[in-house]
Order: sequence, then structure tokens, then C-alpha cells
Amino acid sequence: MNLRRFSLIAVPYFWLLALFLVPFLIVFKISLSDIALAIPPYTPTLELSEGWAGFRDFASQLDFENFEFLATDDLYWKSYLSSLKIALISTFFCLLIGFPIAYGMANAPKEWQPTLMLLVILPFWTSFLIRVYSLIGILSQEGMLNQFLMWTGIINDPLTILNTNIAVYIGIVYTYCPFMILPIYATLTKLDGSLLEAAEDLGCSRTEAFWRITVPLSKAGIIAGCFLVFIPALGEFVIPSLLGGSDTLMIGKVLYEEFFANRDWPVAGAVAVILLLILIIPIVLYQRNEQKQMEAEA
Amino acid sequence: MRRLTWFNATSLTLGFAFLYIPMIIVIIYSFNESKLVTVWGGFSTKWYGELFQNEAFLDAAWVTFKVALASSLIATVLGTMGAYVLVRGGRFYGRTLFSGMIYAPLVMPEVITGLSLLLLFISIGLDRGMFTIVLAHATFSMCYVSVVVSSRLVSFDRSVEEAALDLGCTPFEAFRLVTLPIIAPAVISGWLLALTLSLDDLVIASFVAGPSATTLPIKVFSSIRLGVSPEINALSTILIMIVTIGTIAASLTTKRAVMRRQREERMAEQTG
Amino acid sequence: MPETAFEPWNDPNEKPLIQFRNVTKRFGDFTAIDDLSIDIFEKEFFALLGPSGCGKTTMMRMLAGFETPTSGTIMLDGQDISPIPPNKRSVNMMFQSYALFPHLTVYDNIAFGLKRDKLPKDQIDARVKEMLRLVQIEKFGQRKPEQISGGQRQRVALARSLAKAPKLLLLDEPLSALDKKLRQDTQFELMDIQEKTGTTFVVVTHDQEEAMTVASRVAVMDHGKLKQVDTPDRIYEAPNSTYVADFIGDVNIIEGHATAQGNTVSIVWAEGQPPIIGTPTTPIEGKVSFAIRPEKIAISADQPTDRANVVQGKVLDIAYLGNLSTYHVQLPNGVIIKAQTANSRRRARRPFTWEDQVWLSWTDTAGIVLDN
Repeated sequence: MNLRRFSLIAVPYFWLLALFLVPFLIVFKISLSDIALAIPPYTPTLELSEGWAGFRDFASQLDFENFEFLATDDLYWKSYLSSLKIALISTFFCLLIGFPIAYGMANAPKEWQPTLMLLVILPFWTSFLIRVYSLIGILSQEGMLNQFLMWTGIINDPLTILNTNIAVYIGIVYTYCPFMILPIYATLTKLDGSLLEAAEDLGCSRTEAFWRITVPLSKAGIIAGCFLVFIPALGEFVIPSLLGGSDTLMIGKVLYEEFFANRDWPVAGAVAVILLLILIIPIVLYQRNEQKQMEAEA
Repeated sequence: MRRLTWFNATSLTLGFAFLYIPMIIVIIYSFNESKLVTVWGGFSTKWYGELFQNEAFLDAAWVTFKVALASSLIATVLGTMGAYVLVRGGRFYGRTLFSGMIYAPLVMPEVITGLSLLLLFISIGLDRGMFTIVLAHATFSMCYVSVVVSSRLVSFDRSVEEAALDLGCTPFEAFRLVTLPIIAPAVISGWLLALTLSLDDLVIASFVAGPSATTLPIKVFSSIRLGVSPEINALSTILIMIVTIGTIAASLTTKRAVMRRQREERMAEQTG
Repeated sequence: MPETAFEPWNDPNEKPLIQFRNVTKRFGDFTAIDDLSIDIFEKEFFALLGPSGCGKTTMMRMLAGFETPTSGTIMLDGQDISPIPPNKRSVNMMFQSYALFPHLTVYDNIAFGLKRDKLPKDQIDARVKEMLRLVQIEKFGQRKPEQISGGQRQRVALARSLAKAPKLLLLDEPLSALDKKLRQDTQFELMDIQEKTGTTFVVVTHDQEEAMTVASRVAVMDHGKLKQVDTPDRIYEAPNSTYVADFIGDVNIIEGHATAQGNTVSIVWAEGQPPIIGTPTTPIEGKVSFAIRPEKIAISADQPTDRANVVQGKVLDIAYLGNLSTYHVQLPNGVIIKAQTANSRRRARRPFTWEDQVWLSWTDTAGIVLDN
């Protein structure tokens, strides 16, 4: 291997090793440590100066105590379950709203499509924080939504939406919708129109053709969109802390608080490790879906 | 033969209303005279004036800008290298690990990335501040750049590079004179993406930023927690406008380039 | 089998299966079909032939129900079909792209239309197996469309559109995706299947050879109008316009001025050249086009004496096609005439070469005199 090729590979490789992989190993190690009133606030710390004996001593003090703690304290497993539930329900509503938009875009006149595409991408480039913020003014007690509903006469007293789980659902659906729309739109535009005509020719009504041809053939896009919403929603921190209430349990928020408010680094580490383990399943499934799609296109 | 059916028109209208109404309301209320964010008190631009006198916001904006510029440039260089290694690097020891490290940060929850980097900086005794934010942002942005650039690298004809080598270029010259100009649009969009990600990031920055460096999202987040304020509306409006103008300008530029190419191709066909 | 030729279009008692009556179709300002009337009969293999944009695909899509005429009526079996949606018509279509459903197996693709009719399972199964046998792909029933070759996909598409036993089968450029060798074999199979099933076929194609091979009648179209509707041999030997003559096969077209001489006409066409003697089908005089196929022109080294038309020129180009050779012969006035000879002997020395002076000759009935 010549020097130029070596350095081309080595620079990004070692950068990622040092700033991505090593930090993870540190999280993992700390999750096996105990909390201590020290700086850093955990034990044991590895004393490299003591050599092999130091390492043995260090390793013998690591244990799964924090994980046992997570299992026994119901705050944590409730948070995981509630995160899963919130992510699942929001993903479902994202699909419910995103699919018709993607379908409408794909069937819009050709000359409109770049503009519609721009309209979907624009929110994606706009600050996430600002988009979440824009919902606060709408969802609050005296916000636009309540004013509108009371004006139409549907309700007489303002609803409490902000600082509840409903606001979190709305927040996730609102901010992650483009992630659902784009992959579905991509598969729908690739759909050959003559397939639908063939289905009609063979006796399907339009609706039947939609369920039998359009939906199965956009499956890859639907799956990709669902994972693209579900995966980040599961670890979401900003939305529950700004829109959710004190009873909104989401694991990203718990982790943040464990770390900054309680300064319990080992438990925060353990929370992170478990979150990652949970995420591995959808991530692997997502990768497999992408690969299948790539192979289908090749 | 695509017609806009009633159903499609409705779903598009409602869908885009859902995506845009909240932001439009923020923009409208940034011009509200009243301090109360739900009552219209007449048109005014006074909140913009107050925003530009708020030292804390201005400082945070300046920090954010510097961090974004530095981290996006590092991320673009590293990400392009990473994409090149992924697509053209051939086999080397640890290739699977490398591609895993490129793709993993894309799906990693920000809280975990932030936490792990913070623990790294503490354990090696690095003082937290602007420098650590730049390191953190460059790391996760480079993965996005890699993905964008590698999709372009995959799609372009390898024989163009081989032709350059055949005509006497060194590999580096072939990259600089042939490959780079071809992938340049992808590199630029990767850079813009890195810039936006850095400007936008709250979670990772709040982990790795020390007391010495506060970015704009951190500042905004802490004031939002206190409630809606017209000043934040004004700030949001400015940011939304920058993004809108930038995105539209970018898309117009691409469209013009496409149209110019089509026109030139037509002319070449007619004369040829 | 009684040897009466299949010619329902010549039988005034025969009822047409399809009737286009003054059908016009416009897309905005563009007129795709212009006041067109035609009858197509049961069991016909009817070809719509024309360049792209001539309106042939629009005609087919109107038959399938994907387009409705702007004015005029289309009748199927004596019934106006314009209000019937495509899924309720006993017309099926084989798509140019085949439009096989990629997520279904070959078997399920063929069964798709039958299932829509809510037929009992065993009947569907029997019918699908019959279709698989008909197009000789019994082995591939459980494969997905991406796992079979282009030729096999074409067969699946055919089987799928035939499965519902439609009154009328529409084929949109059915063989255009196949390579030449496979295309020729498939043409004969297609004719075979058409005969076996007794279904009326309407095929749209831009490939004149394909149309001539498979069809009982060919309609040559241009700009939304029918130029000529006739049997393949009459389209070739008796075109009614220079457009048809030029579109089908190779032809020399010479313009001139005709004067009648009994049954024949004498066409003056160039100074210093003898007039061309031709036999028109109906009496004709004035400005005409004389069209003659290259293979009707003989080429020789010595001046022939027994032919009505004889001209001299020199060989400019020779195209050797294996079975045939085409000579481009330039006359003294610069006009180039194509003449074709069959290479019936394997080891014959090529009789003429470049720059040779040769004689071209043809009889007075070899060409067609067309009104301009």
C-alpha cells in the first residue's frame, strides 16, 4: 500500500475511530461503573500507570449494577415503553398524513413537481427548534388552535394540548413528516403508469388498482419512511421537553436529566446502552430494506 | 396525462397547510406590536430592533456562525475523503467497520452522540468550548457529506477517471482535474447540509459546549422554555427567510443550469 | 376445409365487430384522430401501422377505454362502448412495456384478471394452466417477472391478456422489445395463437415488416387519418398514394407529366430521357408520380430489347445484403434509381462493379402511376 492511499484511508478512519467509536466504548465502560462524589463522578478510573494489575483491579470493579437498577426502577422501563409507544403512534400518523401528500405530489402535473418537492424540502432545511417552537404558540391554552375551535363553536372551553402527550405526537408528526413524504414520493414516481392501466384493463376498479398495485409497489418507500420517522423519534429530546408535560416519559429526556440534573453518569450511560440495543433492531431492518431496494433497482 | 383529481388537490392543500401554517403564524406575529403573543396589537418592527440590541443573542449567533463554518469545512474535506474511500478505496483492513462508522451516526440518537463525546472530552481532559463543538459537529456532519458525495461517486462513469489516467494524469491529478469537477455539485450540497446541521444543532452542542461557548440554538432553547416571546418570533422569521431565500436560489441555479444544458444540447443537435 | 379465403370485409352480410364512426379525438389543440371511420371484423388480425404520433396508439387506447372520443362513436358488437369504463369492457390489452406486476408471480399475473371476475378457484387454476401451456411457459409459473427473460415476459403478457377470453385483444407494439431473430419466430407464434383462440387481434406497430407478416389487413395511418386499409399484398403492390408506397418497403418515385396512350400512359419526366410507359388502374393524365419497387427493375450489361422501359446509367453504390444486392444507378441527368437482384447462386462473381455502365429495364405494368 502506498503512502498516499494509506493517508487517504487513515485520516477519515482514525477521525471516526477517535471521535465516534472510542466515545462509545467510554459510555459502555462508564455504564458498568459506580457513581461517586468525585471528578469525574464515577469509579473505578483506569490507572494506566499501574500496568496490568491496575487493569485487573479496574476490570474487577465493573459490574452490571446499573442495568439491574434500570430493571428494578420502573421509571426507566416505563420510559422505554412510553418512548416506543409515542414513536410508534407518531409514525403511524406520519404515514397517514404523509402518504396522501406523497401520492398527491406524484400525481400532480409534471411541471408542478419540482416546486412541490421544494415545498417539502424547505421545512427540512429550516431550524428544527424553530419548527417545534412554532407549535407552542398554536397549541397553548390561548393559542390559535383553541381560538379557532372556540370560534367555530366546536368547543366552549379551551383544550389543554400543550404539555401533554398529544402535543408530543403533533410535534413529531409535524417535524418528521418530510422524512415520510420523500421516500414514498420517490417510489411512487418510479411506479409505471401502465401497470395501473393494465390492472384496470383486467377488471380492477381505480380503488382496487390502488390497493393491489400502488400500495404493494410503494412498500419499500413506506417502510423506509416509517423507519426514518421511528428511529429518531424514539430518542427524541427536544420535542418532549418543549411540548410534553412533566408526565411525558421519553427516554431521551430521561437520559438528559439523569446526566445533567442528577449527575448520575453511570446510570445515564446504562440508559444510553439500552437505548442503542433497542435501536439496533429497527436500524438493521431499515438497512435490509434499503439493500433490497438497491438490488431490485440494479 | 396526469390530472389533478379532487382527492389529490385536497390532500396537497391540507398537507402543505399543515406544514406551513405554524411557521407563517410565527412570521406574522413577529410584526406584532403587543408583547402578548396571542393578541394582535398592530404592526410593528420593534422586536427586530430589540433583537439586534440583545448582546446575548448576537454573541451566540456569532459563535454559532464560526462553529458552523469551521465544522462544515472540516466535514466536507473529511466526508469527501470518506466517500472516496468507500466507493473507490478497494479492499482494506477494517473496511466494514469503516462503512459502519460512516452510516451509524446518521441514525444515532443525538443524546447518545452528545453524551459519548462529552465523556470522551472529559476523560482526555479537553476543555469544553468552541473547539469541542467544532470537533463534535465535524464528526457527525462528515458522515452526511460522505453519504451525499458517495451517491454521486457511485453513479458516475468510472471510465472517465481511467481515461484521465490513460492520458497521463497521476491519480491525484485525475482526482483534482476530473473527479472533483464532476462531483462538485454533490460536494457543495454536502457542505450546505453540514452547515445547516451545525447551525441547527441543539442537543449535541448542549452536551459538549462548556460555559464559555453558547450557541444560538442553546440560547433560543433556554428562552423558549420560559415561553413564547415576540423576540424569538423575530429571530425565527429572520432564520426562515434566510433558509427560504437560500433554498429557492439554489433550486433556481440548478434549474437554470439544467435548462442551459438542454438548450446547448438542442443547438448542438441542430447545427451538427 | 373449404378453400374460401378469409375476407369478411368483402362480404356485405358480415357484421363488423368494431366500428369507428366519424371518430375525432383532440388533446387541446392537437388533433390525434381526425374524423375516422373504419370497420374491423371478427377473427381478423388487424394491424394499425404508422410513424409515431400518427394516432394509432390513441385509437387503441380508445378501444381499451383509457381515452374517450371527442366526437363520433365506437361500437363493439353493435353497442356504443364510450360510457363503459376499461375494467368493464370485454377488451384486453397487451402493453408495450408488458406492464407485468413485479410483485406477483407469473401465475398470479395471469390469474389477476380471472380473480377480478370472482371465478371459483379451480376454474381459475385450470384456466391459468391452460394459458401457461398455450404460450409454452409451464415451467415458470412460480417465478417473478424479473426472474425470466424478455421473450418469456412477452409470453406472460400475452397469456395474461388472453386469460379472460376477451372479444378483442389489443397489442401495443407487442414485439418491439425483442431482438430481431426472436421477433421473427414470435410473429409466427402470435399468428398461431390468434388462429387457435379465434380472438380478434388489433395490433399497433411502427414496424412495417411485422404488420405485413402477421396481419390479415393493414391500416396505414398518418396524422390521424387512414391512408389505406387493405391486405398486405395489396398495400405493397397497389399502394394508393406515394405516402403508402414510400412507407412500406423500398421504392423509386419519379414525378412527371402523363398523357394517355390507349390503356397505357406515357410519362415525360426529364429532358434527354425517354418517357416512362406505365399502366394506370384508372385513366389518369397530368401531373403524376410513378412508383416502382427496386426488385421490379432488371439490371443488365447489354441493352434489353423486349422491355417497354429502358434507361442507361452507371453504378454508383452497391449494398450487399446477403440474399439480395441493391444497386444505386445514376442516370446521365443525375437521378439515382435503385434496382435489386436476388443472389440466387452462392459462388457467382459479382456481375457489376462500381462505375460500370449498365442498363435498367422494366415492363409497362411493373410500376404504379399515382395521382399527385
